[in-house]
Amino acid sequence: MPKRVLLGLLLACGLTAPALAQEPKTGGAINAVIQPEPPGLMLAMVQNGPVQMVSGNIFEGLLRYSPKLEPQPELAESWSVSEDAKTYTFKLRKGVTWHDGKPFTAADVLFSLEMLKQTHARARNNLAQVDKVEAPDDYTVVFTLKQPFGPFLGIFEVGSMPMVPKHLYEGTDWKTNPYNNAPVGTGPFMFKEWQKGSFIRLVKNPNYYEKGKPYLDEIYWQIIPDAAARSVAYETGKVDVLPGGSVENFDVPRLSKLKDTCVTGAGWEFFSPLAWLWLNNRQGPLADKRVRQAVMYAIDRDFAKDVIWNGLGKVATGPSASTIKYYTDDVPKYPYDPAKAKALLKEAGYKGEKIRLLPLAYGETWQRWGEAVKQNLQDVGMNIETIATDVAGGNQKIGDWDYDIAFTYLYQYGDPALGVGRNYVSSAIAKGQVFNNVEGYSNPEIDKLFADGAVATPDSKRKEIYEKAQKILVEDVPVAWMLELQFPTIMRCKVKNLITTGIGVNDGFKDAWLDK
Amino acid sequence: MLRSPSGVIGLIILLLAVSVAVFGPMLFPNSPWRMVQRPFLPPFTLATVPLGTDALGRDVFAGMIFGARVSLLVGMVSTLVALVVGVPIGAMAGYFGGRVDDALMRFTEFFQTIPSFALAIVLVAILQPSIYSIVASIAVVSWPPVARLVRGEVLSLRTREYVQAAVVTGQSNTWIILREILPNTLSPVIVLASLMVATAILLESSLAFLGLGDPNLISWGYMVGAGRTVIRQAWWITVFPGVAILISVLGLNLIGEGLNDALNPRLSREGR
Repeated sequence: MPKRVLLGLLLACGLTAPALAQEPKTGGAINAVIQPEPPGLMLAMVQNGPVQMVSGNIFEGLLRYSPKLEPQPELAESWSVSEDAKTYTFKLRKGVTWHDGKPFTAADVLFSLEMLKQTHARARNNLAQVDKVEAPDDYTVVFTLKQPFGPFLGIFEVGSMPMVPKHLYEGTDWKTNPYNNAPVGTGPFMFKEWQKGSFIRLVKNPNYYEKGKPYLDEIYWQIIPDAAARSVAYETGKVDVLPGGSVENFDVPRLSKLKDTCVTGAGWEFFSPLAWLWLNNRQGPLADKRVRQAVMYAIDRDFAKDVIWNGLGKVATGPSASTIKYYTDDVPKYPYDPAKAKALLKEAGYKGEKIRLLPLAYGETWQRWGEAVKQNLQDVGMNIETIATDVAGGNQKIGDWDYDIAFTYLYQYGDPALGVGRNYVSSAIAKGQVFNNVEGYSNPEIDKLFADGAVATPDSKRKEIYEKAQKILVEDVPVAWMLELQFPTIMRCKVKNLITTGIGVNDGFKDAWLDK
Repeated sequence: MLRSPSGVIGLIILLLAVSVAVFGPMLFPNSPWRMVQRPFLPPFTLATVPLGTDALGRDVFAGMIFGARVSLLVGMVSTLVALVVGVPIGAMAGYFGGRVDDALMRFTEFFQTIPSFALAIVLVAILQPSIYSIVASIAVVSWPPVARLVRGEVLSLRTREYVQAAVVTGQSNTWIILREILPNTLSPVIVLASLMVATAILLESSLAFLGLGDPNLISWGYMVGAGRTVIRQAWWITVFPGVAILISVLGLNLIGEGLNDALNPRLSREGR
């Protein structure tokens, strides 16, 4: 009998606990850091990280994604896929209005797609398989594909495909449209003011279609250029939220220990940032596969994770991050083994030719990482010269293929067809760009696997194809994979429900509330 | 020179710094970039890394020793380059006067009107940070005062009787400048040069602090800059190289002062 009472009590607690703790409260303002200051806020035209972070709360996409990257309704309330996987029908939500009061309809969707094809490189790629888009009525949009495209339901995230108001942009010069400076979206927050160099202020959209949301009255995005000053701003209470990457890693442990501070690594699943070294496959010693493998063996990646990234993140095993679809760790392994690296270099006949290393000019962490990797490579006898450059200069050198080894990190967007293939297939070798196949790796087998993988059905077939591709790539080492990065979000514990989706802070303020 | 106590102190400091720069790396053959111990090891805990380790576990003491080499070398070489550029320009302007003087001095002023540190930053950024571009840019911003000083001296010297005598005897201009005039301008130039070395060390440190140092060479300024973000957790990474900069710049200033006292006849007579 007592046992049963206890059980009953436990059950009762379990059932009532959420109701007790999680009744959202309305009102209040949140101060968050935005770093660096965004170049603009018109998400359809500029998509840098900070732009997505601010504007993802002003604009909306057709779908939203859970941390497991399952599609959820946003502007589209439901969708269906035809038998042959070539026709996708979206039913739009009714009663949605733009911030200026005009209704949102299928015409806006069609216009947005046309505009994005011209202004948003990634959207253009994502839409390459689309044959035609039609709107049979005001609240239905039908996509017809040229052939089945596995990751299609993964391309409707707000940063990948933001909806743009047709009535404000149609027939205007998009680049000079005055609404670029005061963006109008359908999202839970409306743009209010931007004091350049100081802060960006968003206010609650009182006519938001989800009744009761958003809970907050205002968001202030504070612009603080110095990393140390951003930490201090949090400590002194000037800001409540430090989104991932806004403070140096050295400061994360110290800030995490502060009173009433909550830290989470969640909210980056959609992006899954993966850091690697571009290795120039075209020329010099690195054209030899054995030298590239030596690079993998020579670098102490656990040291980088534990010391440089303060234990955050995960050592990468290959071209896919472990958080995205069809990842496998059943691939050749490259543990830290300087002796093996030396042996491979000797076998390849490396004779101390100079190798240029380009670090990433994204702050102290990346600088230190460049120094550590240089030391690792010198220890096995490679003759490394670091080239100092700023971000723009580095991008130019990488785009011009004027480098031997270069640091980078890229987003993967949940599916190998969206964020992985672009870095390895030979059709993505194009001079002047920095996010494609910069290393110049060319392998017909890989080209075929990625081409097949994008359109194969069913899922199990895609899985098989991508696992094979991962094995081949890891054996060939076209680039040297370093770490799956983790950008922890640090915030006061009174900020609730900020990170609920796969893109975290970027669209999280819709559900966030303040426990006062 | 040896009579002034501050000059002697300065000289001792300089000799010490130079010997560290010359012989130190022989005693500590390990690269200062090597990660030798756990990161953020406080100073005076392990005999092998007496001044502790930095954010990557690199030996701060080794960094100080190798940094001395870069800092002093940059200071001296860039001063030398500045003298090589500044002295001839000043001498020609002062000796020939007239249009030559006008042209050369306007050219010099052109450099003087631009804030020197800003110009150095721009030059290093454009040329890409390397030891050569750093030496060059420091030299570029520090020659104008030399030229103006030499010009002033030459202006007053060229009216002296012995110079006019040389002109009358038909000596060539080059001969007169090199043999009759320049040797007599040496003392103020030497004093200026010793101070310029100090300024150059500071300039190099400031550039490295801002991340514009040669990425392949460790210098005191780089160490201060790299340790700045973690100063709250690990003061020693910035403090030791900072003290090294302070002491060597102080030493050079003391030497400059001592030289000034010794080489300026009027001052030294009053002092006695």
